[in-house]
Amino acid sequence: MKQEDLRYAKTHEWVAVSEEGGTQIATVGISAFAVEALTDLVFIELPAVGKQVEAEQPFCEVESVKAVSDIYAPVDGEVVAVNTALPDALETLSNDPYGAGWIAKIKITNDAGLANLLDYSAYQKQCQE
Amino acid sequence: MSNDQLAQTPLFDWHCAHGGRMVEFAGWSMPVQYTGIVEEHQATRTAVGMFDISHMGRVLVNGPDAARYLDRLLTRAVVDMKPHQIRYSLICNETGGILDDVLCYRVTLENGEPSGYGLVVNAGNRHKILSWMEAQQTDFDVQLEDITNTYGMFAAQGPRAIEILDPYVSCELTSLRYYTGQVAQVCGVECFVSRTGYTGEDGCEIVCPAEQLTGVWEQIIQAAATVEGRAVGLGARDTLRLEAGMPLYGHELDETINPVQAGLDFAVNLRDRDFIGREAILGFQRDHKQSVRVGIQMEGKRVAREGAPILLGDQQAGAVTSGTFSPTFNHPIAMAYVCSSAAAPGTPLAVDVRGKEHPAQVVPLPFYERGK
Repeated sequence: MKQEDLRYAKTHEWVAVSEEGGTQIATVGISAFAVEALTDLVFIELPAVGKQVEAEQPFCEVESVKAVSDIYAPVDGEVVAVNTALPDALETLSNDPYGAGWIAKIKITNDAGLANLLDYSAYQKQCQE
Repeated sequence: MSNDQLAQTPLFDWHCAHGGRMVEFAGWSMPVQYTGIVEEHQATRTAVGMFDISHMGRVLVNGPDAARYLDRLLTRAVVDMKPHQIRYSLICNETGGILDDVLCYRVTLENGEPSGYGLVVNAGNRHKILSWMEAQQTDFDVQLEDITNTYGMFAAQGPRAIEILDPYVSCELTSLRYYTGQVAQVCGVECFVSRTGYTGEDGCEIVCPAEQLTGVWEQIIQAAATVEGRAVGLGARDTLRLEAGMPLYGHELDETINPVQAGLDFAVNLRDRDFIGREAILGFQRDHKQSVRVGIQMEGKRVAREGAPILLGDQQAGAVTSGTFSPTFNHPIAMAYVCSSAAAPGTPLAVDVRGKEHPAQVVPLPFYERGK
């Protein structure tokens, strides 16, 4: 996915929304900027498939040498898939953050959270501050 | 504290120009990393890492009573220190609580003559220790001089540190034994060179006049780069010292902790001398119930961070004081204080990491010891 076409949370998650069989699915990852800032990632705790998540609440944790960080859900919904290849290949998060580095897919039950996301240029601006 | 209120080391501009990610540490703006903690950590374990440690407090102690005065302040004997010698020691209060852990130097000139004493203290304790030292000064003829700002300090650490430094240092580094030091010319600048460090590797720490530090540092770092050496920030300094089982003040040590439970008996000389805290420490030696510092190895990859509760069965047995992911061993390690019944190596424990229990066990310290 092209980073210019994604939307971003202030907390550095990227989101791509697609339609699958009449339901909206949000694919979520973390931005290259976030991966760069975290550096030295050693562990990711993926959410369980079926987990109910809430917009702007932590739903996943990523551990670097220095610290543990939360990853926030951008929308209300249910986790329908997780990238099970990630825990054994964390370098994917930096090598291909917007493609193979996706973290989870959430079936959206309430898309109000989407309105709070930034477009690419607004997110870039936030990162430069 | 905003950035413009932070103290800057003489290498501040160098750090900023070389990608240093600057953070606040003990009132100083310091690089936490340049390229990455793991990369910098490995460079130190396999080649040489260069550390700006100018934030550490440096105090000279001179005068006719200097030795006797320091002997009263430090848990380790000072009066019998020979020229060149350096000792790791603690400064305790009357109740045996640790005020700081320090290096005490028998300052020795290039010609081998001793010239007073020096202390290197933790950055965060500098003002506290200076006040404490002044308060204990009344019965002694001594002069204290805080040279933290007039001098900087850097460390070169790693298996190739000595060979890299050697051509730039006027004294014979290979014959400078571990925990000794002296005045020497480094790149033609008069410095104090010691065979000490905080990484578990061989190497030196060098005290250098502030205005000449950048020039000296740049020459040595260029030489270090020829063997894949590099500048190392506080992030890797922490992972290195943790692997080496070395305590960090504010984490493993503070005024509520005594030297016995910290496992620092080697830094306490109780016989035939008196010092502040001695009586209390004697008492702690007989207390076999107090919690003690241990190493913790986690199963899995979750890192137990400072403050994480440690459980023995369903009882809380202690808490983590420092934890990280060990780049050398590729699994999480931690130090903790646990109750005496949970302190034996091999004891199976659990660590509560953000509400979830993870299996762990007590292991001997240090985690890492370099090959001799």
